[in-house]
Amino acid sequence: MTTTLTIVQAGPALTIQDRGRAGWLAQGLTKSGAADLVAVHEGAALLGQSPDLAVIEMTGTGGTFTADADIRIALTGASMTATIDGETIVGNASHLLPPGAKLTIGGATSGTYGYLHIGGGIATESVLGARASHLSAGLGTALKSGDRLPVAPDKGRATGMQLPRDTRFDGGTVRVVASMQTDRFTADERDRFTSTQFARDPRANRMGVRMDHDGAGFYAEGGLTILSEVIVPGDIQITGDGAPFVLMGESQTTGGYPRIGTVIPRDLPRVAQAPAGTKITFEFVTLDQAIQLETQHRRDIKELPGQITALVRDPASINNLLSYQLVGGVISATDNPFEKDT
Amino acid sequence: MSAFPKIQTVGLTGILISFADTMSEPANRAALSFRAAVDSADWAQVSETSTSLVSTFLQVDLVTQPLNDMLTRLNDLLATQDWYTAPLPSGRTLWHIPTVYGTDLAPQLEEAAELAGLDPDAAIAELSRARVRVLTIGFAPGQPYMGELPKNWDIPRQQALTKSVPAGALIVAIRQLIIFTNASPTGWRHIGQTAFKTFRPLSDRPFSLSPGDELCFPSISRSEYDTILATDESGAGGAETEVLS
Repeated sequence: MTTTLTIVQAGPALTIQDRGRAGWLAQGLTKSGAADLVAVHEGAALLGQSPDLAVIEMTGTGGTFTADADIRIALTGASMTATIDGETIVGNASHLLPPGAKLTIGGATSGTYGYLHIGGGIATESVLGARASHLSAGLGTALKSGDRLPVAPDKGRATGMQLPRDTRFDGGTVRVVASMQTDRFTADERDRFTSTQFARDPRANRMGVRMDHDGAGFYAEGGLTILSEVIVPGDIQITGDGAPFVLMGESQTTGGYPRIGTVIPRDLPRVAQAPAGTKITFEFVTLDQAIQLETQHRRDIKELPGQITALVRDPASINNLLSYQLVGGVISATDNPFEKDT
Repeated sequence: MSAFPKIQTVGLTGILISFADTMSEPANRAALSFRAAVDSADWAQVSETSTSLVSTFLQVDLVTQPLNDMLTRLNDLLATQDWYTAPLPSGRTLWHIPTVYGTDLAPQLEEAAELAGLDPDAAIAELSRARVRVLTIGFAPGQPYMGELPKNWDIPRQQALTKSVPAGALIVAIRQLIIFTNASPTGWRHIGQTAFKTFRPLSDRPFSLSPGDELCFPSISRSEYDTILATDESGAGGAETEVLS
Protein backbone atom coordinates (compact mmCIF):
# COMPACT_ATOMS: atom_id res chain seq x y z
CA MET A 1 0.00 0.00 0.00
CA THR A 2 1.28 3.43 -0.86
CA THR A 3 1.84 5.74 2.05
CA THR A 4 0.00 9.05 1.77
CA LEU A 5 0.97 12.40 3.20
CA THR A 6 -2.08 14.61 3.65
CA ILE A 7 -1.88 18.37 3.83
CA VAL A 8 -4.44 19.16 6.51
CA GLN A 9 -3.85 22.87 6.24
CA ALA A 10 -1.57 24.48 3.64
CA GLY A 11 0.34 27.70 4.11
CA PRO A 12 0.07 30.20 1.24
CA ALA A 13 3.12 29.12 -0.74
CA LEU A 14 3.92 25.43 -0.61
CA THR A 15 5.23 23.68 -3.72
CA ILE A 16 6.83 20.39 -4.58
CA GLN A 17 10.46 20.87 -5.58
CA ASP A 18 13.48 18.83 -6.50
CA ARG A 19 16.73 19.69 -8.21
CA GLY A 20 14.89 20.92 -11.29
CA ARG A 21 14.25 20.09 -14.90
CA ALA A 22 17.35 20.11 -17.11
CA GLY A 23 17.42 19.93 -20.87
CA TRP A 24 14.81 22.47 -22.00
CA LEU A 25 16.71 25.76 -22.13
CA ALA A 26 16.49 26.02 -25.91
CA GLN A 27 12.72 25.63 -25.62
CA GLY A 28 12.38 28.51 -23.19
CA LEU A 29 12.10 26.53 -19.95
CA THR A 30 14.62 27.12 -17.13
CA LYS A 31 15.79 24.27 -14.91
CA SER A 32 14.41 25.84 -11.72
CA GLY A 33 14.03 23.50 -8.73
CA ALA A 34 14.43 24.24 -5.02
CA ALA A 35 15.42 27.81 -4.16
CA ASP A 36 17.94 26.53 -1.57
CA LEU A 37 19.75 23.50 -2.93
CA VAL A 38 21.96 23.27 0.17
CA ALA A 39 18.80 22.55 2.18
CA VAL A 40 17.88 19.80 -0.29
CA HIS A 41 21.26 18.15 0.25
CA GLU A 42 21.00 18.54 4.03
CA GLY A 43 17.60 16.82 4.06
CA ALA A 44 18.92 14.01 1.88
CA ALA A 45 21.91 13.54 4.21
CA LEU A 46 19.68 13.53 7.32
CA LEU A 47 17.44 10.84 5.87
CA GLY A 48 20.29 8.96 4.17
CA GLN A 49 18.70 9.18 0.73
CA SER A 50 19.24 10.69 -2.73
CA PRO A 51 19.16 14.49 -3.14
CA ASP A 52 17.10 13.90 -6.30
CA LEU A 53 13.99 12.96 -4.30
CA ALA A 54 11.16 15.50 -4.26
CA VAL A 55 10.51 17.63 -1.18
CA ILE A 56 7.99 20.27 -0.07
CA GLU A 57 9.29 23.84 -0.23
CA MET A 58 7.56 26.21 2.18
CA THR A 59 7.89 29.94 1.63
CA GLY A 60 7.62 31.98 4.83
CA THR A 61 5.34 29.56 6.63
CA GLY A 62 4.52 25.87 6.57
CA GLY A 63 1.23 24.11 7.30
CA THR A 64 -0.20 21.04 9.03
CA PHE A 65 0.57 17.57 7.73
CA THR A 66 -0.37 14.01 8.65
CA ALA A 67 0.47 10.58 7.25
CA ASP A 68 -1.33 7.22 7.25
CA ALA A 69 1.78 5.23 8.21
CA ASP A 70 5.06 5.80 10.05
CA ILE A 71 7.13 8.19 7.99
CA ARG A 72 10.51 9.76 8.58
CA ILE A 73 10.71 13.48 8.10
CA ALA A 74 13.44 16.07 8.12
CA LEU A 75 13.16 19.85 8.33
CA THR A 76 15.85 22.01 6.75
CA GLY A 77 16.24 25.55 5.41
CA ALA A 78 14.54 28.46 7.17
CA SER A 79 13.95 27.97 10.90
CA MET A 80 10.24 27.39 11.34
CA THR A 81 8.59 26.57 14.63
CA ALA A 82 7.44 22.97 14.37
CA THR A 83 5.55 20.52 16.54
CA ILE A 84 4.37 16.91 16.37
CA ASP A 85 1.08 16.59 18.27
CA GLY A 86 1.99 19.72 20.17
CA GLU A 87 5.54 18.71 21.11
CA THR A 88 8.24 20.97 19.76
CA ILE A 89 10.70 19.40 17.35
CA VAL A 90 13.97 20.97 16.27
CA GLY A 91 14.97 21.98 12.77
CA ASN A 92 17.88 20.75 10.67
CA ALA A 93 17.07 17.32 12.03
CA SER A 94 15.16 14.14 11.25
CA HIS A 95 12.17 12.84 13.21
CA LEU A 96 9.62 10.05 13.16
CA LEU A 97 6.04 11.06 12.35
CA PRO A 98 3.71 8.28 13.55
CA PRO A 99 0.49 7.58 11.62
CA GLY A 100 -2.24 10.09 12.41
CA ALA A 101 0.10 12.40 14.34
CA LYS A 102 -0.13 16.07 13.37
CA LEU A 103 3.00 17.79 12.15
CA THR A 104 2.49 21.54 12.39
CA ILE A 105 5.03 23.88 10.84
CA GLY A 106 4.64 27.60 11.56
CA GLY A 107 6.23 30.82 10.38
CA ALA A 108 9.90 31.30 9.63
CA THR A 109 11.93 32.90 12.39
CA SER A 110 15.12 33.00 10.33
CA GLY A 111 15.37 32.54 6.58
CA THR A 112 12.65 32.41 3.94
CA TYR A 113 12.43 28.91 2.43
CA GLY A 114 11.84 25.92 4.72
CA TYR A 115 11.89 22.34 3.46
CA LEU A 116 9.95 19.28 4.54
CA HIS A 117 11.69 16.09 3.45
CA ILE A 118 9.99 12.69 3.61
CA GLY A 119 11.77 9.35 3.81
CA GLY A 120 11.40 7.82 0.34
CA GLY A 121 10.50 11.18 -1.19
CA ILE A 122 7.25 12.63 -2.54
CA ALA A 123 6.19 10.40 -5.43
CA THR A 124 3.94 12.57 -7.57
CA GLU A 125 4.04 12.10 -11.36
CA SER A 126 7.04 13.72 -12.96
CA VAL A 127 6.48 16.08 -15.91
CA LEU A 128 9.27 16.65 -18.45
CA GLY A 129 11.68 14.76 -16.25
CA ALA A 130 11.09 16.37 -12.86
CA ARG A 131 8.50 16.70 -10.11
CA ALA A 132 9.38 20.32 -9.32
CA SER A 133 6.64 22.91 -9.74
CA HIS A 134 7.62 25.75 -12.07
CA LEU A 135 4.70 28.08 -11.49
CA SER A 136 5.84 30.82 -13.88
CA ALA A 137 5.94 28.23 -16.69
CA GLY A 138 2.55 26.82 -15.73
CA LEU A 139 3.96 23.51 -14.45
CA GLY A 140 2.41 22.31 -11.20
CA THR A 141 0.41 24.36 -8.72
CA ALA A 142 0.78 25.57 -5.17
CA LEU A 143 -0.25 22.81 -2.74
CA LYS A 144 -3.68 23.22 -1.13
CA SER A 145 -5.34 22.08 2.07
CA GLY A 146 -6.71 18.59 1.50
CA ASP A 147 -4.07 17.57 -1.06
CA ARG A 148 -2.95 13.98 -0.65
CA LEU A 149 0.58 13.21 -1.81
CA PRO A 150 1.95 9.72 -2.47
CA VAL A 151 5.18 8.86 -0.65
CA ALA A 152 7.63 6.37 -2.18
CA PRO A 153 8.80 3.38 -0.09
CA ASP A 154 11.42 4.42 2.46
CA LYS A 155 14.52 2.23 2.69
CA GLY A 156 16.00 4.13 5.65
CA ARG A 157 15.37 3.71 9.37
CA ALA A 158 17.33 6.30 11.33
CA THR A 159 15.65 9.36 12.87
CA GLY A 160 16.67 11.75 15.61
CA MET A 161 19.72 12.95 13.69
CA GLN A 162 20.82 16.53 13.22
CA LEU A 163 23.16 18.72 11.19
CA PRO A 164 24.81 21.97 12.29
CA ARG A 165 23.16 25.09 10.93
CA ASP A 166 25.23 27.45 8.80
CA THR A 167 25.01 31.24 8.41
CA ARG A 168 23.31 31.48 5.01
CA PHE A 169 20.09 32.83 6.59
CA ASP A 170 21.58 36.11 7.75
CA GLY A 171 22.52 37.91 4.52
CA GLY A 172 26.09 39.20 4.41
CA THR A 173 28.58 39.11 1.57
CA VAL A 174 27.55 37.52 -1.70
CA ARG A 175 30.30 36.68 -4.19
CA VAL A 176 29.91 37.59 -7.85
CA VAL A 177 31.85 36.85 -11.05
CA ALA A 178 31.93 39.15 -14.06
CA SER A 179 29.39 38.26 -16.70
CA MET A 180 28.52 39.11 -20.31
CA GLN A 181 27.73 42.76 -19.76
CA THR A 182 29.85 43.63 -16.73
CA ASP A 183 32.13 45.76 -18.93
CA ARG A 184 29.14 47.89 -19.95
CA PHE A 185 29.30 49.32 -16.42
CA THR A 186 32.15 51.74 -15.78
CA ALA A 187 34.76 50.90 -13.15
CA ASP A 188 33.29 53.67 -10.96
CA GLU A 189 29.82 52.19 -11.29
CA ARG A 190 31.11 48.72 -10.39
CA ASP A 191 32.98 50.12 -7.37
CA ARG A 192 29.84 51.88 -6.22
CA PHE A 193 27.94 48.61 -6.65
CA THR A 194 30.35 46.66 -4.43
CA SER A 195 30.59 49.39 -1.79
CA THR A 196 26.81 49.79 -1.48
CA GLN A 197 24.94 48.06 1.30
CA PHE A 198 21.73 46.56 -0.08
CA ALA A 199 18.67 45.28 1.70
CA ARG A 200 16.57 42.50 0.29
CA ASP A 201 13.35 44.08 -0.99
CA PRO A 202 10.05 42.49 0.08
CA ARG A 203 9.40 42.02 -3.65
CA ALA A 204 11.17 38.72 -4.04
CA ASN A 205 10.13 35.31 -5.24
CA ARG A 206 11.42 32.21 -6.96
CA MET A 207 11.99 34.20 -10.16
CA GLY A 208 14.11 36.97 -8.71
CA VAL A 209 15.10 39.00 -5.67
CA ARG A 210 15.15 42.77 -5.86
CA MET A 211 17.78 44.67 -3.87
CA ASP A 212 17.07 48.08 -2.32
CA HIS A 213 19.60 50.76 -1.55
CA ASP A 214 19.82 54.46 -0.76
CA GLY A 215 21.20 56.69 -3.48
CA ALA A 216 21.21 56.70 -7.26
CA GLY A 217 20.43 53.68 -9.38
CA PHE A 218 23.07 51.82 -11.37
CA TYR A 219 23.38 52.32 -15.11
CA ALA A 220 25.06 50.52 -17.99
CA GLU A 221 26.30 52.31 -21.08
CA GLY A 222 23.78 51.69 -23.84
CA GLY A 223 21.73 49.73 -21.33
CA LEU A 224 18.45 50.14 -23.15
CA THR A 225 19.74 48.89 -26.50
CA ILE A 226 21.07 45.55 -25.26
CA LEU A 227 19.61 42.58 -27.12
CA SER A 228 17.75 39.99 -25.11
CA GLU A 229 20.32 37.41 -24.03
CA VAL A 230 20.51 34.09 -22.14
CA ILE A 231 19.95 34.21 -18.35
CA VAL A 232 21.67 31.90 -15.88
CA PRO A 233 20.61 31.66 -12.22
CA GLY A 234 22.41 34.29 -10.17
CA ASP A 235 22.61 36.87 -12.94
CA ILE A 236 22.20 40.34 -11.45
CA GLN A 237 20.20 42.40 -13.90
CA ILE A 238 19.86 46.13 -13.53
CA THR A 239 16.25 47.00 -14.29
CA GLY A 240 14.98 50.26 -15.77
CA ASP A 241 14.93 52.11 -12.43
CA GLY A 242 18.57 51.19 -11.70
CA ALA A 243 17.84 48.59 -8.98
CA PRO A 244 19.73 45.28 -9.02
CA PHE A 245 17.59 42.17 -9.35
CA VAL A 246 19.19 38.79 -8.66
CA LEU A 247 17.60 36.27 -11.02
CA MET A 248 16.71 32.98 -9.35
CA GLY A 249 16.01 29.51 -10.70
CA GLU A 250 12.48 30.15 -11.91
CA SER A 251 13.40 33.15 -14.06
CA GLN A 252 12.87 33.36 -17.80
CA THR A 253 15.52 31.84 -20.08
CA THR A 254 16.38 35.18 -21.68
CA GLY A 255 16.22 38.83 -20.69
CA GLY A 256 17.02 42.22 -22.10
CA TYR A 257 18.31 44.09 -19.05
CA PRO A 258 22.09 44.44 -18.64
CA ARG A 259 23.74 42.07 -16.16
CA ILE A 260 26.37 43.60 -13.87
CA GLY A 261 27.59 40.17 -12.73
CA THR A 262 26.54 36.68 -11.69
CA VAL A 263 26.24 35.41 -8.10
CA ILE A 264 28.28 32.22 -7.74
CA PRO A 265 26.09 29.13 -7.24
CA ARG A 266 27.13 28.49 -3.61
CA ASP A 267 25.99 31.99 -2.57
CA LEU A 268 22.57 31.81 -4.24
CA PRO A 269 20.93 30.15 -1.20
CA ARG A 270 22.18 33.14 0.83
CA VAL A 271 20.28 35.48 -1.50
CA ALA A 272 17.20 33.25 -1.52
CA GLN A 273 17.08 32.82 2.26
CA ALA A 274 17.70 36.45 3.30
CA PRO A 275 14.42 37.70 4.77
CA ALA A 276 13.09 41.11 3.61
CA GLY A 277 15.28 43.92 4.91
CA THR A 278 18.37 41.74 5.49
CA LYS A 279 21.64 43.48 4.61
CA ILE A 280 23.55 42.17 1.62
CA THR A 281 26.73 43.36 -0.08
CA PHE A 282 28.29 42.08 -3.29
CA GLU A 283 31.97 41.30 -3.85
CA PHE A 284 33.59 40.51 -7.21
CA VAL A 285 35.86 37.48 -7.29
CA THR A 286 37.87 36.22 -10.27
CA LEU A 287 36.77 33.18 -12.22
CA ASP A 288 39.64 31.18 -10.67
CA GLN A 289 38.65 32.22 -7.15
CA ALA A 290 35.04 31.33 -7.90
CA ILE A 291 36.03 27.91 -9.20
CA GLN A 292 38.04 27.30 -6.04
CA LEU A 293 35.17 28.40 -3.79
CA GLU A 294 32.72 26.23 -5.67
CA THR A 295 35.02 23.19 -5.64
CA GLN A 296 35.32 23.49 -1.86
CA HIS A 297 31.55 23.88 -1.54
CA ARG A 298 30.89 20.72 -3.53
CA ARG A 299 33.34 18.88 -1.28
CA ASP A 300 31.49 20.20 1.78
CA ILE A 301 28.16 19.02 0.36
CA LYS A 302 29.60 15.56 -0.24
CA GLU A 303 30.81 15.45 3.34
CA LEU A 304 27.44 16.42 4.88
CA PRO A 305 26.66 12.84 5.97
CA GLY A 306 29.84 12.92 8.09
CA GLN A 307 28.56 16.01 9.93
CA ILE A 308 25.46 14.25 11.24
CA THR A 309 25.15 13.69 14.98
CA ALA A 310 22.45 12.16 17.14
CA LEU A 311 19.99 14.61 18.63
CA VAL A 312 20.36 14.90 22.38
CA ARG A 313 17.11 15.78 24.03
CA ASP A 314 17.16 18.10 27.00
CA PRO A 315 15.16 16.29 29.69
CA ALA A 316 13.73 19.60 30.85
CA SER A 317 11.95 19.91 27.50
CA ILE A 318 10.40 16.47 27.67
CA ASN A 319 6.94 17.07 29.05
CA ASN A 320 6.11 13.38 29.23
CA LEU A 321 9.30 12.54 31.08
CA LEU A 322 7.42 10.31 33.47
CA SER A 323 6.39 8.00 30.69
CA TYR A 324 10.02 7.19 29.95
CA GLN A 325 11.62 4.14 31.55
CA LEU A 326 14.69 5.93 32.84
CA VAL A 327 16.13 3.62 35.45
CA GLY A 328 15.77 0.20 33.91
CA GLY A 329 18.81 -1.88 34.76
CA VAL A 330 20.19 0.67 37.20
CA ILE A 331 19.67 -0.64 40.66
CA SER A 332 21.86 0.07 43.62
CA ALA A 333 21.22 -0.71 47.21
CA THR A 334 23.45 2.07 48.47
CA ASP A 335 23.06 5.03 46.11
CA ASN A 336 20.51 7.59 46.98
CA PRO A 337 18.67 8.07 43.69
CA PHE A 338 17.50 11.55 44.69
CA GLU A 339 21.02 12.91 44.82
CA LYS A 340 21.32 12.60 41.07
CA ASP A 341 20.14 15.50 39.12
CA THR A 342 20.04 13.87 35.71
CA MET B 1 40.31 41.68 -36.10
CA SER B 2 36.53 41.72 -35.92
CA ALA B 3 34.91 41.90 -32.50
CA PHE B 4 32.65 39.00 -33.50
CA PRO B 5 32.25 36.12 -33.06
CA LYS B 6 32.93 36.85 -29.39
CA ILE B 7 33.33 34.14 -26.73
CA GLN B 8 32.45 34.91 -23.09
CA THR B 9 31.85 32.96 -19.92
CA VAL B 10 28.39 33.15 -18.34
CA GLY B 11 28.65 32.76 -14.58
CA LEU B 12 30.16 29.39 -13.76
CA THR B 13 27.59 27.56 -15.84
CA GLY B 14 28.28 28.26 -19.46
CA ILE B 15 29.90 29.87 -22.46
CA LEU B 16 28.27 32.31 -24.87
CA ILE B 17 29.33 32.74 -28.48
CA SER B 18 27.89 36.02 -29.83
CA PHE B 19 27.82 36.72 -33.56
CA ALA B 20 26.71 40.36 -33.38
CA ASP B 21 25.35 42.97 -30.98
CA THR B 22 22.28 43.81 -33.06
CA MET B 23 19.67 41.56 -34.65
CA SER B 24 20.34 40.57 -38.25
CA GLU B 25 19.41 37.61 -40.40
CA PRO B 26 23.05 36.47 -40.96
CA ALA B 27 23.88 36.66 -37.24
CA ASN B 28 20.76 34.66 -36.33
CA ARG B 29 21.66 32.14 -39.03
CA ALA B 30 25.17 31.89 -37.58
CA ALA B 31 23.82 31.26 -34.06
CA LEU B 32 21.45 28.53 -35.25
CA SER B 33 24.05 26.84 -37.46
CA PHE B 34 26.80 27.01 -34.87
CA ARG B 35 24.51 25.47 -32.25
CA ALA B 36 23.71 22.61 -34.65
CA ALA B 37 27.45 22.09 -35.21
CA VAL B 38 28.14 21.98 -31.47
CA ASP B 39 25.26 19.55 -31.00
CA SER B 40 26.60 17.24 -33.67
CA ALA B 41 30.14 17.47 -32.23
CA ASP B 42 28.56 15.92 -29.13
CA TRP B 43 31.22 17.13 -26.67
CA ALA B 44 30.96 15.45 -23.30
CA GLN B 45 31.64 18.80 -21.56
CA VAL B 46 28.46 20.38 -22.98
CA SER B 47 25.29 19.39 -21.14
CA GLU B 48 22.86 21.59 -23.03
CA THR B 49 22.81 24.20 -25.82
CA SER B 50 20.45 27.00 -26.77
CA THR B 51 20.33 30.09 -28.95
CA SER B 52 19.24 33.63 -28.35
CA LEU B 53 18.71 36.06 -31.26
CA VAL B 54 22.35 36.32 -32.36
CA SER B 55 24.29 33.99 -30.06
CA THR B 56 24.78 30.36 -29.12
CA PHE B 57 24.90 29.29 -25.47
CA LEU B 58 26.67 26.16 -24.25
CA GLN B 59 25.96 24.94 -20.75
CA VAL B 60 29.32 23.81 -19.40
CA ASP B 61 30.26 23.25 -15.76
CA LEU B 62 33.22 25.62 -15.57
CA VAL B 63 33.99 24.35 -12.07
CA THR B 64 35.11 21.00 -13.43
CA GLN B 65 35.77 21.62 -17.15
CA PRO B 66 38.96 23.52 -18.01
CA LEU B 67 37.98 26.74 -19.79
CA ASN B 68 41.06 26.84 -22.01
CA ASP B 69 40.29 23.45 -23.44
CA MET B 70 36.76 24.62 -24.31
CA LEU B 71 38.06 27.85 -25.86
CA THR B 72 40.42 25.88 -28.11
CA ARG B 73 37.62 23.60 -29.24
CA LEU B 74 35.30 26.55 -29.90
CA ASN B 75 37.89 28.58 -31.80
CA ASP B 76 38.75 25.55 -33.93
CA LEU B 77 35.10 24.95 -34.73
CA LEU B 78 34.47 28.65 -35.45
CA ALA B 79 37.38 28.63 -37.92
CA THR B 80 35.95 25.81 -40.01
CA GLN B 81 33.57 28.05 -41.98
CA ASP B 82 31.80 31.39 -42.38
CA TRP B 83 28.87 30.90 -40.02
CA TYR B 84 27.06 34.04 -41.24
CA THR B 85 26.42 32.43 -44.63
CA ALA B 86 26.10 28.85 -43.35
CA PRO B 87 23.13 26.83 -44.56
CA LEU B 88 20.48 26.57 -41.87
CA PRO B 89 20.26 23.22 -40.05
CA SER B 90 18.29 20.52 -41.90
CA GLY B 91 15.21 18.79 -40.58
CA ARG B 92 13.47 22.01 -39.66
CA THR B 93 9.68 22.28 -39.93
CA LEU B 94 7.57 24.71 -41.96
CA TRP B 95 4.32 25.48 -40.15
CA HIS B 96 1.08 26.91 -41.56
CA ILE B 97 -0.88 28.25 -38.62
CA PRO B 98 -4.43 29.45 -39.33
CA THR B 99 -4.93 32.95 -37.96
CA VAL B 100 -7.88 35.31 -37.51
CA TYR B 101 -6.61 38.83 -38.17
CA GLY B 102 -8.37 41.73 -36.48
CA THR B 103 -11.95 41.46 -35.22
CA ASP B 104 -12.64 41.64 -31.50
CA LEU B 105 -10.27 38.67 -31.12
CA ALA B 106 -7.23 40.77 -32.12
CA PRO B 107 -8.23 44.40 -31.70
CA GLN B 108 -4.96 46.11 -32.66
CA LEU B 109 -4.67 45.03 -36.30
CA GLU B 110 -5.85 48.39 -37.68
CA GLU B 111 -3.54 50.38 -35.43
CA ALA B 112 -0.54 48.20 -36.37
CA ALA B 113 -1.44 48.32 -40.07
CA GLU B 114 -1.52 52.11 -39.97
CA LEU B 115 1.94 52.20 -38.36
CA ALA B 116 3.15 49.87 -41.13
CA GLY B 117 1.67 52.25 -43.73
CA LEU B 118 -1.01 49.86 -44.95
CA ASP B 119 -4.79 49.63 -44.89
CA PRO B 120 -6.08 46.65 -42.88
CA ASP B 121 -6.81 44.45 -45.91
CA ALA B 122 -3.37 45.04 -47.39
CA ALA B 123 -1.82 44.34 -43.98
CA ILE B 124 -3.69 41.02 -43.70
CA ALA B 125 -2.59 40.10 -47.23
CA GLU B 126 1.04 40.94 -46.47
CA LEU B 127 1.07 39.11 -43.11
CA SER B 128 -0.67 36.05 -44.62
CA ARG B 129 2.01 35.88 -47.31
CA ALA B 130 4.98 36.45 -45.02
CA ARG B 131 7.19 33.55 -44.12
CA VAL B 132 9.13 34.04 -40.89
CA ARG B 133 11.69 31.99 -38.97
CA VAL B 134 11.81 31.17 -35.26
CA LEU B 135 14.72 33.45 -34.34
CA THR B 136 14.74 32.30 -30.73
CA ILE B 137 12.47 30.83 -28.09
CA GLY B 138 12.20 32.44 -24.70
CA PHE B 139 10.34 34.55 -22.16
CA ALA B 140 7.86 31.69 -21.64
CA PRO B 141 8.21 27.99 -22.43
CA GLY B 142 7.97 27.33 -26.15
CA GLN B 143 7.27 30.97 -26.97
CA PRO B 144 8.76 31.89 -30.36
CA TYR B 145 10.24 35.20 -31.51
CA MET B 146 9.84 35.15 -35.29
CA GLY B 147 11.16 37.31 -38.08
CA GLU B 148 11.95 39.22 -39.94
CA LEU B 149 8.89 40.85 -41.46
CA PRO B 150 9.27 43.40 -44.32
CA LYS B 151 10.86 46.70 -43.26
CA ASN B 152 7.57 48.58 -42.99
CA TRP B 153 6.80 46.39 -39.95
CA ASP B 154 9.65 47.94 -37.99
CA ILE B 155 7.04 49.45 -35.67
CA PRO B 156 7.88 50.36 -32.06
CA ARG B 157 6.45 48.77 -28.96
CA GLN B 158 3.58 50.67 -27.35
CA GLN B 159 4.41 53.14 -24.60
CA ALA B 160 1.83 51.56 -22.30
CA LEU B 161 1.39 47.84 -21.78
CA THR B 162 -1.75 46.03 -22.87
CA LYS B 163 -2.97 44.49 -19.61
CA SER B 164 -3.34 41.01 -20.98
CA VAL B 165 -3.46 39.27 -24.33
CA PRO B 166 -4.55 35.61 -24.40
CA ALA B 167 -2.53 32.47 -25.11
CA GLY B 168 -2.28 31.94 -28.86
CA ALA B 169 -2.23 35.68 -29.57
CA LEU B 170 -0.14 36.77 -32.57
CA ILE B 171 1.55 40.05 -31.71
CA VAL B 172 3.92 42.32 -33.62
CA ALA B 173 6.73 44.89 -33.10
CA ILE B 174 10.23 45.64 -34.49
CA ARG B 175 9.76 43.38 -37.59
CA GLN B 176 9.06 40.39 -35.34
CA LEU B 177 6.05 38.28 -34.45
CA ILE B 178 5.36 36.31 -31.25
CA ILE B 179 2.73 33.67 -30.51
CA PHE B 180 2.01 33.92 -26.81
CA THR B 181 2.36 30.77 -24.70
CA ASN B 182 0.31 32.09 -21.79
CA ALA B 183 -1.95 35.08 -21.26
CA SER B 184 0.38 37.94 -20.40
CA PRO B 185 0.75 41.72 -20.44
CA THR B 186 2.69 43.07 -23.43
CA GLY B 187 3.90 46.19 -25.17
CA TRP B 188 3.55 44.52 -28.59
CA ARG B 189 0.36 44.93 -30.64
CA HIS B 190 -2.20 42.15 -30.82
CA ILE B 191 -2.98 41.67 -34.54
CA GLY B 192 -4.08 38.06 -34.85
CA GLN B 193 -5.43 35.15 -32.85
CA THR B 194 -4.52 31.50 -33.30
CA ALA B 195 -5.65 28.32 -31.55
CA PHE B 196 -2.06 27.08 -31.62
CA LYS B 197 -0.53 25.95 -28.33
CA THR B 198 3.23 26.48 -28.20
CA PHE B 199 3.62 24.50 -24.95
CA ARG B 200 1.77 21.24 -24.26
CA PRO B 201 3.54 19.86 -21.17
CA LEU B 202 1.63 16.60 -20.98
CA SER B 203 1.90 15.64 -24.64
CA ASP B 204 4.53 13.53 -26.42
CA ARG B 205 5.85 16.68 -28.03
CA PRO B 206 5.66 19.28 -25.26
CA PHE B 207 7.26 22.08 -27.25
CA SER B 208 5.71 22.59 -30.65
CA LEU B 209 8.40 24.77 -32.22
CA SER B 210 12.19 24.67 -32.43
CA PRO B 211 14.56 27.54 -33.17
CA GLY B 212 15.04 27.72 -36.95
CA ASP B 213 11.53 26.45 -37.81
CA GLU B 214 9.68 28.57 -40.37
CA LEU B 215 6.08 29.74 -40.18
CA CYS B 216 3.26 31.20 -42.24
CA PHE B 217 0.04 32.61 -40.81
CA PRO B 218 -2.70 32.19 -43.44
CA SER B 219 -5.82 34.26 -42.78
CA ILE B 220 -8.99 32.40 -41.81
CA SER B 221 -12.49 33.61 -40.97
CA ARG B 222 -13.96 33.81 -37.52
CA SER B 223 -16.24 30.84 -38.24
CA GLU B 224 -13.32 28.71 -39.41
CA TYR B 225 -11.52 29.63 -36.21
CA ASP B 226 -14.57 28.65 -34.12
CA THR B 227 -14.67 25.28 -35.89
CA ILE B 228 -11.01 24.67 -35.09
CA LEU B 229 -11.60 25.59 -31.45
CA ALA B 230 -14.56 23.22 -31.25
CA THR B 231 -12.83 20.24 -32.89
CA ASP B 232 -9.13 20.48 -32.07
CA GLU B 233 -8.06 18.42 -29.08
CA SER B 234 -4.35 18.33 -29.86
CA GLY B 235 -3.56 22.00 -29.34
CA ALA B 236 -2.22 22.23 -32.90
CA GLY B 237 -4.94 24.76 -33.70
CA GLY B 238 -5.37 23.44 -37.25
CA ALA B 239 -1.69 23.87 -38.08
CA GLU B 240 -0.20 21.92 -40.97
CA THR B 241 3.47 21.06 -41.21
CA GLU B 242 6.05 20.07 -43.81
CA VAL B 243 9.69 19.16 -43.32
CA LEU B 244 12.21 21.60 -44.79
CA SER B 245 15.14 19.91 -46.46
